Amino acid sequence: MIPLVINIVYFLLSLALLLAFIRLTRGPSLPDRVVALELIASIVVGFVGVHAIDTGISSLLDVAIVIALTAFLAAIGFARFLERGAQE
Amino acid sequence: MTDIIVSILLLAGAGFMLLAAVGIVRLPDFPTRMHATTKAGAMGAIFTMGGVAFFFADGIVFARAFAIVVFILITSPIAAHVIGRAGYFIGTPLWSGTIKDELRDNYDSQTHTLKSGYEDSPESATRASEPDPDRDRDF
Repeated sequence: MIPLVINIVYFLLSLALLLAFIRLTRGPSLPDRVVALELIASIVVGFVGVHAIDTGISSLLDVAIVIALTAFLAAIGFARFLERGAQE
Repeated sequence: MTDIIVSILLLAGAGFMLLAAVGIVRLPDFPTRMHATTKAGAMGAIFTMGGVAFFFADGIVFARAFAIVVFILITSPIAAHVIGRAGYFIGTPLWSGTIKDELRDNYDSQTHTLKSGYEDSPESATRASEPDPDRDRDF
C-alpha cells in the first residue's frame, strides 16, 4: 500500500512543482516570482520527506531542515532587496 | 494501521501542496497568490512531516520532524509578512476587483508613517504632538 501511495504523492508533488514553475516564469512582478520560489522550496521539503520514507533513510530529514532554512533566508533577503529600491 | 495513517497524511500533504500550486497559478494578484502559497504550502509540508514521523516511529526522527514543523510554523508567516510588505511598497498592482485597501489613504510611502485617520478628533491622544521619531525609520 505504501509504495502505491508514494508514487501517487510523487506525481501530485511533481504537478505542484510544474504549476509553481509556470508562475515563476510568467511573473509578472518580482514579488510574484519570490512567492513562487518560496512555494517551490516548500514542495521540495515535501519531496525530501517522501523520499526519506521511500528509501528508509531518516537522515534525509536534515536536508529538509536546511532547505527550509535557506528558503526563509532567501525570502528575507529578497524582501530587503525590494524595499531598498530595486526599482531604481 | 500505521500504513493507513501514513498514507492519509502523505496524501493530505500532497493535496495541500497541489492546492497551493493551483492557487498561485489561478489567483489574480500578488497578495492573493501569497495567501494561497503561505498557508497551504506550510500545511502541506507539516502533513508530510507528520507522515514521516509516523512512518519511522522513532524518537529521534519524531524530534527532527517536529523541529521542521516548528521551524515552518515560525518562519512562514514572517516570510509572508516581509514579502507582502515589500510587494506593497514597490507598488505591485492589486486586482481590479479589490474592494478594500485601507493602507492606501492612511499610509505615506515616502516617510513610512501610518495615520489612523482620527488624529484631529478631540479624544486623540496624539493630537497636536510631534510624530514619534522612531516611526520615520526606514524599515
